[in-house]
Amino acid sequence: MLDIQKIRADFPILSEKVNGKPLIYFDNGATSQKPQVVIDAEAKYYQEINANIHRGVHTLSQLATDAYEISRVKLQHHINAKFSHEVLFTSGTTHGINLVANGFASILKPGDEVLVSSLEHHSNIVPWQMLCEKTGAVLKVIPINEEGELIISEYESLLSDKTKIVTVNHISNALGVINPVKEMIAKAHAVGAAVLIDGAQAVPHLKPDVQDLDCDFYAFSGHKMCGPTGTGILFGKEEWLNKLPPYQGGGEMIKEVTFEKTTYADLPHKFEAGTPNIAGGIVLGTAVDYLNNIGFGNIQLQENKLLEHATKRLLEIEGLRIYGNGKNKASVVSFNIDGIHPYDIGSIIDKLGIAVRTGHHCAQPIMNFFCIPGTIRASFSFYNTKEEIDVMVEAIKKAKTMLS
Amino acid sequence: MTIKEIQNEIIDEFSMFDDWMQRYEYIIELGKSLPLIKEEYKTEENLIKGCQSKVWLQGEQNDDKIVFTADSDAILTKGIIAILIRAFSNQKAEDIIKADTEFIDEIGLKEHLSATRANGLVSMIKNIKMYALAFEAKNKN
Repeated sequence: MLDIQKIRADFPILSEKVNGKPLIYFDNGATSQKPQVVIDAEAKYYQEINANIHRGVHTLSQLATDAYEISRVKLQHHINAKFSHEVLFTSGTTHGINLVANGFASILKPGDEVLVSSLEHHSNIVPWQMLCEKTGAVLKVIPINEEGELIISEYESLLSDKTKIVTVNHISNALGVINPVKEMIAKAHAVGAAVLIDGAQAVPHLKPDVQDLDCDFYAFSGHKMCGPTGTGILFGKEEWLNKLPPYQGGGEMIKEVTFEKTTYADLPHKFEAGTPNIAGGIVLGTAVDYLNNIGFGNIQLQENKLLEHATKRLLEIEGLRIYGNGKNKASVVSFNIDGIHPYDIGSIIDKLGIAVRTGHHCAQPIMNFFCIPGTIRASFSFYNTKEEIDVMVEAIKKAKTMLS
Repeated sequence: MTIKEIQNEIIDEFSMFDDWMQRYEYIIELGKSLPLIKEEYKTEENLIKGCQSKVWLQGEQNDDKIVFTADSDAILTKGIIAILIRAFSNQKAEDIIKADTEFIDEIGLKEHLSATRANGLVSMIKNIKMYALAFEAKNKN
């Protein structure tokens, strides 16, 4: 059992007030809050070892480089990658996806197919559309059912020897549905297609095992898992990362430069042009340590309790509909109330100190599927409590009375 | 009345409210009660798409003045539209161009005009001004 009050004390922002009310933060799907250890580690880097990495012979540069590379190994172990050079530092999930999509431009031919799911965030749709425009490949879409689950039989019939890459999120940001990615990866591999998993919404809730999943790429962001903004990881299997061309040219990613020809550095540096977010990369390791100390088993226990409580309490409200009711769900509840616009509810409960996300969640195709302008999304983290959910439910009831 | 006078009148009205709940209840009433735009004007062309809520805006010339009608799918947005229309509609183009929207801050609804809300209101105000600029340009020719 987690001591939630003790954990909450790790997050200074949780004792802040918003609009004169104690903050209730249920927008964890957008970004998580940061524990004091993470905030301190960021300052400590700049106070004690700030220097550019992989360059200088001086001591500080060595210290910074070591800290950065130690963090890479931490992340490698965290996701169980075979090699640390399969772990690329990025600025976030979007960067990782674009890196892969850009690399596939040299692989795809007209008529090849790229498979995305209907549950994707715009950042896992648009880079692939751009890729298809560039190469003449065709974008195909895996449909969902009324519960917001991918229809696996339809997925199977879309797969063919034309499919070159399948890209799907591990957990849907808009609905919280956990997709059967392991099964989907095996099916894609059977037709020779590569698979990218968008893990942005998964990594706050679970520890992905990239070898067990057997995915070819796994992209995620640091800021949703208690780490700093502007950080992220792209895992890529060694063979794929060797096959893809560099994404950006610049310093650090080269072996030798002459005006006639440049040879590229080995992995992972081939994909890490320019001075990276050094502090961020190091502190992402601190965030991962923090989460592992709490334990993902404990995190899931707490979050499942919150999900169950929230679902039960919210359904007490007449006319409330939850979108995404599959069996496998992360601690996210996306809902609407009959005849009331999500913006109106969101604005009123904000006044009561409650932070939720409203709108289309950068996933317009899902909203179009359900024929709604958007939803109210409450996404819970292990540091949230049942009492906070009760306060939210009362606030929503109040808003409903005001609006109807 | 000039735009400034109307805005001051609105500020006076809102000063009677003690807290945000009363202000919001009033906005909701405004949003519910006013017929704001003819259905035929709720076209794709008149639609301002925000991430959060949609806004339709239509402007028409009436002698030397511009008459605005508008609507939204969210009630709070619609209520604020009602206030904006009261201030800006049936005014001369040159006055609309010169006018500001600071009175919205003063009546405690500032956050709804912030760009992060993406509710279409910021674009609506921009479009009101664009209408005014276009009418003025047309009248000069």
